[in-house]
Amino acid sequence: MNPVLKLLIDGGSLTTGQLAQVAGLTEAEVNQHLEQLRREGIFLGWRPVLDLSREAAAALAVRAVIEVKVTPERGGGFNRLAERIARFDEVESCYLVSGGYDLLVFVRGATLQRVASFVSEKLSTIEGVLSTSTHFMLRCYKEQGFLLGTDDSQTQRLNVAP
Amino acid sequence: MSTDAQRWVAGHIASLPKSGIRDFFELVAKMKGQDVISLGVGEPDFVTPWHVREAAIYALERGKTYYTSNLGMIELRREISTYVEQHFGVAYRPEDQVIVTVGVSEALDLAFRAFCNPGDKVMFHQPCYVSYHPSISLVHGAGIAVPTFAQDNFALTAAALRAAWQPGAKILMLNLPCNPTGGTCTRGQLEEIAAFCREKDLLVLSDEIYSELTFEGTHTSIASLPGMAERTIFLHGFSKAFAMTGWRIGYACGPAPLIDAMMKVHQYAMMCASIIAQEGALEALKHGWDNVVRMREQYHRRRDLIVRRLNESGLACHLPRGSFYAFPDITATGLSEKDFSFGLLQQHKVAVVPGLAFGENGRGHVRACFATAYDQVIEACDRIDRFVQGLRK
Ligand SMILES: Cc1ncc(COP(=O)(O)O)c(C=O)c1O
Repeated sequence: MNPVLKLLIDGGSLTTGQLAQVAGLTEAEVNQHLEQLRREGIFLGWRPVLDLSREAAAALAVRAVIEVKVTPERGGGFNRLAERIARFDEVESCYLVSGGYDLLVFVRGATLQRVASFVSEKLSTIEGVLSTSTHFMLRCYKEQGFLLGTDDSQTQRLNVAP
Repeated sequence: MSTDAQRWVAGHIASLPKSGIRDFFELVAKMKGQDVISLGVGEPDFVTPWHVREAAIYALERGKTYYTSNLGMIELRREISTYVEQHFGVAYRPEDQVIVTVGVSEALDLAFRAFCNPGDKVMFHQPCYVSYHPSISLVHGAGIAVPTFAQDNFALTAAALRAAWQPGAKILMLNLPCNPTGGTCTRGQLEEIAAFCREKDLLVLSDEIYSELTFEGTHTSIASLPGMAERTIFLHGFSKAFAMTGWRIGYACGPAPLIDAMMKVHQYAMMCASIIAQEGALEALKHGWDNVVRMREQYHRRRDLIVRRLNESGLACHLPRGSFYAFPDITATGLSEKDFSFGLLQQHKVAVVPGLAFGENGRGHVRACFATAYDQVIEACDRIDRFVQGLRK
């Protein structure tokens, strides 16, 4: 496995300089690996993980997850509709899922109204969308692997021990 | 009449030296708040995986707050027996060949108290874990240190054993992989040691607490070699591989009459290990292996990183095959291990442990624990490099 990819998956928040040291490569080599992964469409990009409940980070703090039922189309199945929905800027992630509905869509907006109007005006009016069920997110406890609030990595380990 | 309270302290305790680590600990403690990076620890930086903590919480909720059987919960002893057979290739009966203890620390104490008469000779390889020699002194035994060397990657050799052996030697204490050197033995080396133990009729106490943290090849337990299970006490625990130091839980396995002897001491001195810790340990054995592997991978990469960086800085460092300690030779700096450690701490705020804390054979070395996040390891290596380059000028 690509050594840089392995470290990316492990998820430590390392700079490319640190990645290089850990993998035993030069920084230039790490960048080459990243470029290669990008060309292969495996590594898509960097994103910060933020605690959006904090005032300073609240610009796009309203988030909702929407269950969408659609009619699959002959020839294209769910893909054409899913891709169409995924292209909206408001949509952060979009998945085809098994179960009682078809698509699970994560959206984000500056205000409740903006998200609500995206659902009522854009999403539910697309031809083929049968129904939507929107859940606004009230509070986040864990964001992409990071616990919010309770940080148990800050332990009181002794500085010197046998 | 003397008024000095000291007169009540037993003679062999009064003469017991304090751990060399203790002084250093106090020095580091004084520098609190000064951005000290500590490579002086002897425990994982990982918090115990949540499923283990959650199992212990659940046990408390169900009111598991009582004593257990002296030997430990039978469910736990069964899991231990299965685990040891799978991972070490030695079969122990859960009913009478396994005892659950308050860490390997208690298991060691039980073993020394159960097997060592006053004056009995106990051999141990050195540099070694700080407790071995004092524990032998506590039971009025006599310690015989067997040196291990950097050029052998700190593996114990049968030749060194033979050279150090004295008539009357009764017990051999092993710790492979070793704290502080990370040294281990190949199967071949272990076979020679085993042959020596059979020849001299030695009882082996094998502290294998770092065995899961073996990075190259697989770990071999001396207990699994032919003719050895009957003369070996296998000591193991959850502190290192399962990141459970504060739970205080470990175990010993061995021939039933020997476990029974340890059990006598345990039942009067300790009664049993904490039931909550036993519940956590049970969960760790049942579902914790993936986490052990995940943590080992991290240690492995950190080891490669720190050893490479130390060597680049001009501190000769062998590749420790196991444990989470690097044990570089610092003599090239012209400083003693003590001056090196103090200077590094004072000037660059990195704590390492002077090698002499691990016995005379640790002279010229320091122990740097790499159970610390990558960015901290990198920063510590940068600082060590600046310190060493500064000395050159
Ligand atoms: C070699 C060795 N044995 C035993 C122990 C103590 O282990 P426990 O936490 O199981 O008492 C340690 C801890 O540092 C150790 O390094």
